[in-house]
Amino acid sequence: MEIGLFHYLLVSAVLFCLGVFTIITRKNAILVLMGLELILNSANINFIAFAKYSGMNFDGHVAALFVIILAAAEVAVALAIFLNIYQNYKHVNIDEVSDLKE
Amino acid sequence: MSQVFILNLSLIILLLPLLSFLIIIFNQKRTIKSAPYISTIILGIDLILSLIVAYGKLVTYSDIEYLQYKYDWFNLGNKSITIGIGVDNLAAMMLIVVNLISFLVHMFSIEYMKGDKRYPRFFAYLGIFTFSMLGIVIANNLLNMYIFWELVGLSSYLLIGFWYEKDSAANASKKAFITNRVGDLGFFAGIMIAFFAFGTFMFDDIFNQISNGVLPFGSSTILTLMGILIFAGAIGKSAQFPLHVWLPDAMEGPTPVSALIHAATMVAAGVYLTARVFPLFTADAFLFIAYIGAFTAFMSATIAITQTDFKRVLAYSTVSQLGYMVMALGVGAYTYGFFHLVTHAWFKACLFLASGSVIHAMHHAMHHHNEHHLDPQDIRNMGGLKKTMPWTYYTFLLATIAIAGVPLTSGFLSKDGILAGTLAFANLSGHWLIPIFGFSAAFMTAFYMFRLTILAFHGEPKTDIAKHTHENNMLIRFPLILLAILSIWFFYSLNPIDGGSGWFAHSFKAAKTVVPKDLQYKWLIPNKTEHHSTEHNNLDIGFETTDLPKEHHYLNKFEEEIHHQHYNAMFLSLLIAGLGIGLAFFIYHYKKLDIDKITEKIKPLYNFSLNKWYFDEIYQATFINGTIGLSKAMFWFDSKIIDGIVNLSGWITKIMGFLIGLFDNIIIDGLVNLIAWIINIFGAGVRKLQSGRVQTYILITAIFLIIFIWWIF
Repeated sequence: MEIGLFHYLLVSAVLFCLGVFTIITRKNAILVLMGLELILNSANINFIAFAKYSGMNFDGHVAALFVIILAAAEVAVALAIFLNIYQNYKHVNIDEVSDLKE
Repeated sequence: MSQVFILNLSLIILLLPLLSFLIIIFNQKRTIKSAPYISTIILGIDLILSLIVAYGKLVTYSDIEYLQYKYDWFNLGNKSITIGIGVDNLAAMMLIVVNLISFLVHMFSIEYMKGDKRYPRFFAYLGIFTFSMLGIVIANNLLNMYIFWELVGLSSYLLIGFWYEKDSAANASKKAFITNRVGDLGFFAGIMIAFFAFGTFMFDDIFNQISNGVLPFGSSTILTLMGILIFAGAIGKSAQFPLHVWLPDAMEGPTPVSALIHAATMVAAGVYLTARVFPLFTADAFLFIAYIGAFTAFMSATIAITQTDFKRVLAYSTVSQLGYMVMALGVGAYTYGFFHLVTHAWFKACLFLASGSVIHAMHHAMHHHNEHHLDPQDIRNMGGLKKTMPWTYYTFLLATIAIAGVPLTSGFLSKDGILAGTLAFANLSGHWLIPIFGFSAAFMTAFYMFRLTILAFHGEPKTDIAKHTHENNMLIRFPLILLAILSIWFFYSLNPIDGGSGWFAHSFKAAKTVVPKDLQYKWLIPNKTEHHSTEHNNLDIGFETTDLPKEHHYLNKFEEEIHHQHYNAMFLSLLIAGLGIGLAFFIYHYKKLDIDKITEKIKPLYNFSLNKWYFDEIYQATFINGTIGLSKAMFWFDSKIIDGIVNLSGWITKIMGFLIGLFDNIIIDGLVNLIAWIINIFGAGVRKLQSGRVQTYILITAIFLIIFIWWIF
């Protein structure tokens, strides 16, 4: 069986679902962040796969690179927020941080 | 002396007293000492100027009937309002009368009013009074006349109420003012008819139009009515029945005021007005005037008999004499009416000033004896003043003789003329009641004047006060003497028994009537043979002069008849005056008849006279209470009906407001609240979704995303 576009997309979809599942189910903010990374990486796989199977150009690669940089920046910001949350609440349990409601 | 000069001079004469008023009224504090001298000197100058004007008119320009100039004041629509001043013989003589009396009264007041706390103001008021009176005299049109007429009303109000702290004086001034207003209303209506019908206020223009056959509204009745309405002004000012009630009350003013206003000037204004508009009266109007005058003369003479207040006797005597003048004009004896106005001015001013002198002396004596309860004006407190006040007595006596109509006095000349006029009128028209009133008034005049003289001056003093009176100083004596001298016959006519032959009667020929022949007594229509000159001599300075008709033996049939009746009248009036004087001496001096018993016998008549025919009571019961009742009814109407309507509309508005408020509160607000409530309910439902848990949101997003994708594919 030859590895094709379908397989890439399948891996990507599984990865995406795992990411979403992680985000929804985990209590710890760090783990939620990890789930987010999974989703971003599944998107990256999609970009690269489409780049490979639909004529070689670098559009997909560039987008993937952007996403990686974005993820790095995002993690930096997110971790800063979590640090502040931790200083206020002494935990990063995301269930119990519902101040956005107000 | 040109004509312009005379007119300008009379304008200066008019304005000088106003100057005196203005100087004093604005400097009352600074002129406490000097006010009387300033005003007296100004009036002295005024008097000299008026003598010059009178000389100019009566001697230099005696052939010109009316010197006047007219000046367009302003235009109203297409009618121009013209004012102006004019001097004819009548006005020239009146200038002298007003100025001389005013001058003497000023002089008299220097002493009489001394010590009054509003000393300067008194002279200021005298000034404005003289000004207004002179304005009436030299007015050549009804508008000017009316303006000054009202000014006279105002200044007499100020003067009568000069001692306004006294209730009686304040009331008297109000009474005078309001009573005059009643007459003035008629006068005003008359003026309006004249202006509406003839489009001018000028006397000569109106007369010209009437003589050209223009009747107001084309009706002779309106012409008669117009005359009577204008005469109504005279009824008020000259205190004729039925508006005579103010004059006796006006005696509350200071005595010099009584002499100025109620003897010589203000009350003469009515007679003067009647003489001015003499040509436009119709036969009916004349009859009305004659009866008013005759009745006034008779009625007030009967009242004067029983009065005990010195000044009130004189006041009723004034009303009676004014009745004479009006009666004279009414019967057509124009010359003698005006003659009596002049002679009466002298001797009545003299009588009033003499009474002022007596009251002044009584006051001084009372002050000296610390006696303050006595009435210094009551003749029952006097008696024997002949010895203590000889100057006052003899001047008073001379004036009394004049007013009683004894020969060799001015009063005899004028009164005799009037009585001859009434006899002539009765003979021609058959109205014998007029001479009967006239002669009986003459009898009573002689009686009550001598009663007054005897009670006040003769006999023994009735009180200590009267015993200790003293003659006043020269400032008071001089006016008395001068006025008494003017009551002697030779100033008016060299013939002591015939006033008609003197210069006076020649200078003041009866004004010719202009009323159409069919509306006038035929004996007042000028004789046909007379030469009418209608030639107008218009000078380039705006004068209109009318030539006097050529000398003619008799102006009209009436003049002839007067001449015929002259000796009858003289005989009768002599007899009657003698009877009156004799009776007075018989009763009061020699005491041959007991006056108390006579009074007892005719008690109702006596009371009727003592209470002034109950005029005040009648007016109180009818007009005053009527007015008050009407006011009350009006007040009731106002407070109940008008206020009720206003309150009702307010109440309706209030109810409407309440209903609208209710609608607003319940329906409109309810709807708004309902919407808000509904939104609130929905909001409460939706709010539950927002838990603040990010994971929940993501879950929901994911679920809906899946549903969405599933739904699409």
